Amino acid sequence: MFLSFASTLLAQSSDWIAPTIDWHALAPELVLVAGINIVLFLDLSLEASKKWAMATITGFVLLGAFIPVVTLAVIGDGTRSMFDGRYVVDDYALILKALFLLVGYVVVLMSQTELEEGGYYQGEFYVLLLSSVLGMVMMASARDLVSIFIALELLSIPAYMMAAWRKRDEKSNEAGIKYYLLGVFASAILLYGMSLLYGATGSTLLTDIGAALSDGDLIGLEVVAVVFVIAGFAFKISAVPFHSWAPDTYEGAPTPVTAFFSVATKAAGFVALMTIIFIAFPGADDVYEPMIWVMAVLTMTVGNVMALRQTNIVRMLAYSSISQGGFILMALAFAGSPDATGAALNAVIVYLLVYAFMNLGAFAVVIAVSRKTHSGEISSFGGLFSYAPGLAVAMTVFFASLAGIPPFAGWFAKFNAFRAVLDAGTTSAYVMAAIAAVNTVIAAAYYMRVLRVVWVEDVPDGDTSPVNPPAPVVAALVITVIGTIVLGVFPDLVARFGDIDSLTGAFGG
Amino acid sequence: METLTDQNWLLTVGVFLPLVGVLVMMFIPRNEESTQKLVGIVTAGATLAVGVFTLSAFDYGRSEDLQFFVDAEWIPVINSNYTIGLDGISLPLYILSMAVTFLVMVYSWDNMPDAGNPKAFFILMLILQTGMAGTFVAQDLILFFVFFELVLLPMYFMIGVWGGENRRYASLKFFLYTMFGSAFMLVAFIVLYYNTGASSFGFAHLVEAGAFIDRDVQIWIFAGMFLGFAIKVPMFPFHTWLPDAHTQAPTQGSVILAAILLKLGTYGFVRIALPMLPEGAKAWAPVLGILAVIGIIYGALGCLAQTDMKRLIAFSSVAHMGFVMLGISTLTTFGINAALFGMFAHGLITGMLFFVAGSIKHRYHTLQINKLSGLLVQAPHLGWILGFAAMASLGLPGLAGFWGEFPVILSAYNPGFGLSEVLFRTLMVIAAIGTVLAASYLLWLYQRTAFGEPSAEFSNASSEGGVAHSLSSAANEHDDHDEIYDVTPIEWIAWTPFLVAILVLGVYPQLLFKVIDPAVTALVSQLGETLG
Repeated sequence: MFLSFASTLLAQSSDWIAPTIDWHALAPELVLVAGINIVLFLDLSLEASKKWAMATITGFVLLGAFIPVVTLAVIGDGTRSMFDGRYVVDDYALILKALFLLVGYVVVLMSQTELEEGGYYQGEFYVLLLSSVLGMVMMASARDLVSIFIALELLSIPAYMMAAWRKRDEKSNEAGIKYYLLGVFASAILLYGMSLLYGATGSTLLTDIGAALSDGDLIGLEVVAVVFVIAGFAFKISAVPFHSWAPDTYEGAPTPVTAFFSVATKAAGFVALMTIIFIAFPGADDVYEPMIWVMAVLTMTVGNVMALRQTNIVRMLAYSSISQGGFILMALAFAGSPDATGAALNAVIVYLLVYAFMNLGAFAVVIAVSRKTHSGEISSFGGLFSYAPGLAVAMTVFFASLAGIPPFAGWFAKFNAFRAVLDAGTTSAYVMAAIAAVNTVIAAAYYMRVLRVVWVEDVPDGDTSPVNPPAPVVAALVITVIGTIVLGVFPDLVARFGDIDSLTGAFGG
Repeated sequence: METLTDQNWLLTVGVFLPLVGVLVMMFIPRNEESTQKLVGIVTAGATLAVGVFTLSAFDYGRSEDLQFFVDAEWIPVINSNYTIGLDGISLPLYILSMAVTFLVMVYSWDNMPDAGNPKAFFILMLILQTGMAGTFVAQDLILFFVFFELVLLPMYFMIGVWGGENRRYASLKFFLYTMFGSAFMLVAFIVLYYNTGASSFGFAHLVEAGAFIDRDVQIWIFAGMFLGFAIKVPMFPFHTWLPDAHTQAPTQGSVILAAILLKLGTYGFVRIALPMLPEGAKAWAPVLGILAVIGIIYGALGCLAQTDMKRLIAFSSVAHMGFVMLGISTLTTFGINAALFGMFAHGLITGMLFFVAGSIKHRYHTLQINKLSGLLVQAPHLGWILGFAAMASLGLPGLAGFWGEFPVILSAYNPGFGLSEVLFRTLMVIAAIGTVLAASYLLWLYQRTAFGEPSAEFSNASSEGGVAHSLSSAANEHDDHDEIYDVTPIEWIAWTPFLVAILVLGVYPQLLFKVIDPAVTALVSQLGETLG
């Protein structure tokens, strides 16, 4: 009966043509979907003693999804556009998909031991992690308000649960609830903005919106819509003044999950913001530029000043990641000025890639060390250099990179952000550059203070037994250390991915 | 300006060879301390050997040209290349950095700071060496920036881990000050890049195109660079990190800091700020001159007030770097030549003074000037070396220091490109007074520490030590007051090259001037093309 109904429906809409689906372009998502089901069903049938295999399988799923990304990139026959341009696979999407898959893989490495030893629900955790990564991978390709929103929810909802994963821990529950409430609130604002945008322009397709907004002056409704959409994403990227959830959530969530939030979900928020700004809002630069300018200044400054006062390493990293977000935003504040568009896009992409390596690495060290010290206080890292020189050097690499000191990758990310801002060449750009320069110094103060504890201070309880990080964490450390150093010495490896020439065409704009 | 590309592998090897040593040392267990030290010293020695070979391969007839020139693709997206080369301005400093690192490492053979761990200490020194040498050969702003910053972390850890009691404060202060300057310097670099057509970060291009930037813009860009370089020099009023860093740093750190790191700032002025921004330089020259002279007087007065020997030497650095900056600010061939000579001489002399201070600290466990006396009685060789270095430092003719000070003062009589003669002649007079003050604080220091009888505390130490030897059972009680011994063989090995160089350059300064002069002449004539 249903079939006959469907066929009559199809027959009636004679101009409806089934969309051609480019299976190769969708392959990364399909592999992830298949992987999610495999992990889910295996989890039901595996006995408890064999649950450790879940992490390995999840890792393989992520690597499996990586293969089509690579083949798509190697074949490289330009833009693959589907569903009337609502879902696009281009170089921009591919590099970001690769980033999300890689981050997912490193997070699996980091969580494996933590979950095994904590007796957490491993199978469910990995299903949620994979779902969230799927949302991110979709986000990279989404070119339509609806698909962006679906991708955003798909990556956020599992994240709410992952934040509360240590369910007997009050702080973890607090983290989950806070993240959930503010996340839903942000989604509501975003959705409201999107609906206004649809109402004002009559389309959900980003390119159509872009054309409608560029057509003459903005009307009041459009201005409100743009403001609401940007505010909605500002929650996701924890930009000040929408950042208040971040420190509590980061502190309460299990550390690998925090690493995931501070890198992957944040990057996904930036990707969405970037896609919308570059495709849909070129005509609204008078509205979003000042707004992002103010947010960027506040974000980097407030994040830094708060980070200075922290005594807990994870909270410090939370504020530091807020402030790093300000540096990423900084370039977007000049995305509309004709000179700086290309540089701004390049700056954001490069920053996201580099930031993923160094921040994940920093969390990996924290995980490794706190397995021994059972403490999150910065002082518990005292004398790390004397009993675990390898970890101390790794930590030095990551923190120096976060502070932007050559030859570690962070310097190039910061440099590129400065370059994008100064490319605009306006007074507001110079003011922004000066504020950011001062902020680099403030940031250096707290990163160096941690390194001072690591290198100079005495071991707090005199316990100098060596740290033996589990093999997966070591693997995560090796990946991130090598990434941070190699990208710092040969920044061109990432810099070319943000090349505007290959991207403006891909954006269809 | 032409570029010579013969034997252009030399500089790359010279710069990165120390990192090979670092790699080797990473795989040697930490407790094999003498192997660690040996590998470190051999690496530094090999690097120096490459440097000596560079010295012999250098074409002195064309020292105004960049030699051993390499221009390879590095970060095409931002038009930054791996461009390196060496000319008369950078050659002396490049070689000096290699020699100083090697000698400091030799000195560390049996003078490790208390915190121990030679593995990390030697590795940091080798990384530092790569950063220093790289800064002097870089011919691309971004490459320069990377090397310039590379020295930050190793020095931060050297002060922080192996330093004195107040090392936490001193190391962070050093780091944040420098970071502050270099952040603005980087901004200035990028603005310069965009104002010259955004086509290259290479020095050659920027020197050519920079002259066409509007004067007002040049002044602003110069301001950014000024912050970066002036903090590194350090010029008054940005000098406050220096006394703390020097006082708290281990001897090795102080020597490297004084001999090389401070020169990165003055080198930046000569190599980058002046030629790329001629109008900006001219507008800033009076400011540089005035701050330099304030530095000379302030540093000297600061010296007179110090009670700690190391702190005194640190303040004397502020004064000496003031002379260097005064020479640069005249924008004349004569002044810049003298400034570059002064940089080299200050590196040798102040480095030597810090060595002596370190050895005194090692023996007496204090550097309080009022507790020290009679050095010439207890350790005559050490006392003589201190005297020699102090005389060189105060600018005694016949020693290297003289050629860094006297010509600078002369050059201020006739500043270049229509700079105010009244102003610079006034500065000249004040700077001359500064030399008198320098003589007074150094002689006073020497008088208080070297002359007279050894103070009761330490003379007892040595005689009681003698008694203790005979009553061997009591020996342990006097461990912290070892007998005051004279210069050890290792110290002789490390110090002799410094002493010889100070003397040779003092007697025959032409040895250095003839290398520097053609390059400086080319630089100033290039300035003249814009400034007229």
